[in-house]
Amino acid sequence: MNQPLSVSTLGAQAVDVDIRSVDLSYGTNHVLKGIDLHIRPGEFFAFLGPSGCGKTTLLRLIAGFNRADGGEVLVGGREVSHLPPWKRDVGMVFQSYALWPHMSVKRNVAFGLEERKVPRAEIERRVAAALELVGLSHLADRRPSQLSGGQQQRVAVARTIAIEPKVLLLDEPLSNLDAKMRVQVRRELRDLQQRLGLTTIFVTHDQEEANTICDRIAVMNDGAVQQVGSPMELYEKPANLFVASFLGTANIVPGRVIEEGGARLFEIDAGVRLPIPDHVTVPEGAKLVFRPQHASLGADGVRDVSLPGTVLHSEFLGSTVRYGVKVGSAEVSIDVPFQSGEAIHKPGAAVEVGLSLNSAVWLAS
Amino acid sequence: MADATTAGRAHAPSGPFRHFMTSATPGQLALALAITVFLALFLIIPVGTVIYVAFTEKGTGTFTLVNFVDFARTDLFIRSFWNSVYVSAMSVVLASIFALPLAYITTRFDFRGAMLIQTLGFLPLIMPPFVGAVAMLLLFGRNGTVNLLLNDWFGFRIPFMEGLNGVIFVQAVHYFPFILINLSAALRNIDRAMEEAAQNLGCSGFRLFRRIVFPLAMPGYIAGASLVFVKVFDDLATPLLLNVKDMLAPQAYLRVTSIGIADPMGYVISVVLIVMSILAMWVSARAMRGKDYATVQRGGGGLAKRQMRPWESVAAYAAVFLILLLVLAPHIGLLLLSFATIWSFSPLPDGFTLAHYGRVFGESFVYVKNTLIYASLAGLIDVVLGTAIAYLVLRTKLIGRQWLDWAATAALAIPGVVLGIGYLRTFYGVQLPDGTPLATLWIVIVLALAIRRLPYALRACYAALQQISVSLEEAAENLGATKVRTVRRIVLPLMAGGILAGFVTSFATAAVELSATLMLVQSNADAPLAYGLYVFMQSAAGRGPGAALGVIAVLLVALCTFASHLIIEKSQKAKGAGH
Repeated sequence: MNQPLSVSTLGAQAVDVDIRSVDLSYGTNHVLKGIDLHIRPGEFFAFLGPSGCGKTTLLRLIAGFNRADGGEVLVGGREVSHLPPWKRDVGMVFQSYALWPHMSVKRNVAFGLEERKVPRAEIERRVAAALELVGLSHLADRRPSQLSGGQQQRVAVARTIAIEPKVLLLDEPLSNLDAKMRVQVRRELRDLQQRLGLTTIFVTHDQEEANTICDRIAVMNDGAVQQVGSPMELYEKPANLFVASFLGTANIVPGRVIEEGGARLFEIDAGVRLPIPDHVTVPEGAKLVFRPQHASLGADGVRDVSLPGTVLHSEFLGSTVRYGVKVGSAEVSIDVPFQSGEAIHKPGAAVEVGLSLNSAVWLAS
Repeated sequence: MADATTAGRAHAPSGPFRHFMTSATPGQLALALAITVFLALFLIIPVGTVIYVAFTEKGTGTFTLVNFVDFARTDLFIRSFWNSVYVSAMSVVLASIFALPLAYITTRFDFRGAMLIQTLGFLPLIMPPFVGAVAMLLLFGRNGTVNLLLNDWFGFRIPFMEGLNGVIFVQAVHYFPFILINLSAALRNIDRAMEEAAQNLGCSGFRLFRRIVFPLAMPGYIAGASLVFVKVFDDLATPLLLNVKDMLAPQAYLRVTSIGIADPMGYVISVVLIVMSILAMWVSARAMRGKDYATVQRGGGGLAKRQMRPWESVAAYAAVFLILLLVLAPHIGLLLLSFATIWSFSPLPDGFTLAHYGRVFGESFVYVKNTLIYASLAGLIDVVLGTAIAYLVLRTKLIGRQWLDWAATAALAIPGVVLGIGYLRTFYGVQLPDGTPLATLWIVIVLALAIRRLPYALRACYAALQQISVSLEEAAENLGATKVRTVRRIVLPLMAGGILAGFVTSFATAAVELSATLMLVQSNADAPLAYGLYVFMQSAAGRGPGAALGVIAVLLVALCTFASHLIIEKSQKAKGAGH
């Protein structure tokens, strides 16, 4: 996948994708609820969410396989909602790859160009370039069934980019690969996208995949976009409880806000309370959210506040030890860096839980 | 076959190392041996005898090709051969014309009544084609309903049923479900993403069908088409009833029954029939090889179904209605005929009566009784053999076990008339203590039916066993159950649905089978339904009772099939809940 000369053959002008208040229902099932998204030219963008959140439906809607009940989809400024799939020029890589078993690799890749009545010589050239780009030139005459999963996936990508689509859509392209291939292929995908400068939308339920290769992510749940941002923004500043818990591990502690002596306090349980910093706004019914590594046990570690707790269990994870600690009636996870020779707290041990208030947030669902 | 036993014996119990050499227990070896003997006696030796006679000189037993030269030099045989090829090929074409629109419309569109079509489409299969032939004559013959009306209104007739046309028409109407079933399955098994990927790359409409859908469905179509070809090529009773004698299968039958069992020509024709069967299967296997196009994967679910536009809908309903009317015509005609007083030279019967049913229940009930006994026994033998072979092949390490499967499946390539001739020749010389030849016993009919239907039952049992995870059996053994107890308590209950499906397939098809039994029935008292039908249908006076008997046969098979369908569905649901 490292033939820069091929890129010029297949490179296209990057365009943006604009999704405006898109609605879709299947009967009484409201699958997409007023989706608004703007994907910038040349961006690697992810739709991330649990299964059934509507992410694949939205992707298929951009490709033209689903029809919206309302709203519009613009690709490069052109409204495409009324166009059938074969007139849209958005390339899609299917989850199952959908390689046609009755055609060789080469014929598969040439298919879209043949449909576009591209001259034969040009087809040859672009098929060769696309296969070279994914590093499969030597397998051009094989049948798809003779290839490994990773190779099939690359053929599917080559087939799609051969037509120089305006936008590349990837529907869970890594889900049929084993763990090791997944890491390799996602790097290749990122690399390819960077060199082609192609606007790419990637659907996944795996936050690690989205985090590692995407510029920005739209986290979706229940047919609605929960938050849009870079992986770091989403992790550091989740907009709600769903985003906080879907991206990484988060402790979510219920409680109530009380006033005492002009100061705001968050009371987890009778007597177990912590101060709320002045600049923080706490929405109605909000819960305290913090990451396991933003708390500490015992005397050392960063702390703005400490709370009494009891160790319930511990898991040795290598570089860290993850404790389950009971604070008031809530149970929280706390990661403590492991230092050799240091004893691990036993279940039942009374500990002090230190919390850094800078990294704690209060979120509503 | 021989391999299975000799190889098995070579590794038979000898010292404490037996379990390390092979996991076959003495019981399994005995079972394999018993199946081998059965298949040898009732399939391999009779068929081998037919081939042997065809290639040897009468009396001396020396090898010769003279019989084949005679065959090639006889105009009648060469004409019969080409007639058979022509009729089979045209039947495939006509059956495809019936099946293609039905398969396409029901799998591609949100079509109300798709279920109905898929069900009604199977109906022709549960009636022997020759029974329909008589009804078709009355409806489409020279003086049948359609031509009488055409002649009255427009002054011309269409020779639907003249000569070979009649055979082609009847066979296509009867066997088109094979193409419908295979093609529909192939279309349904195409992953929706296959089509969407093409659309995504700019392909649509008829090009999409030509470049993606059709090639992917092709293996299924070829499988169905070659099956139709073989069935038509081997069919004996339909041409005979339509009075077409210059085709191969009827010639074989006429040779053996009129000239005698010693005449070599019947055997030569049999060999030609076998070769043509194998050839058609080879074509089918080649078409399928390396093309396992069943592409449905996770999130697939077949082709996207589309809503039809109003005019498409009207056209589709019209096409479906016409085709269904045509393929159900034999049933309708038969029903009318069974209630008709006189039906001749008129579009509809002159009057209606229940007398035919009265007569059938009075004097011909023996046919029904015989059929129930024969078909049940044949079905029983088939599922016992099928289960045993499937178990030996899938669950033991017996060397040569595949040969059991292959030998049983080879019966597919043996036309019924050939098996019948083989049985006559082989078992006529074998006499019981009281002097009656073995070939005249009714049990021989049962055995012939069982051998003919074994491949279908075997596949059903095989599939059922394949779906059971070995770990379920290992768990039972781990908890202390012996192999035999495991089979009884775990394997058989889980296979029950598949075994029942196999039994019903065998039963339903054996109940209407004629080509082998036509040879083997010695007296009316031993005759099954299909034979009785054939006897009735040969005379004009017998047509009424014959039709009544035909209706009873259709109802019988339909009822049994429906009942077993319910049972299978129920057992599947019960099992599904456990998953």
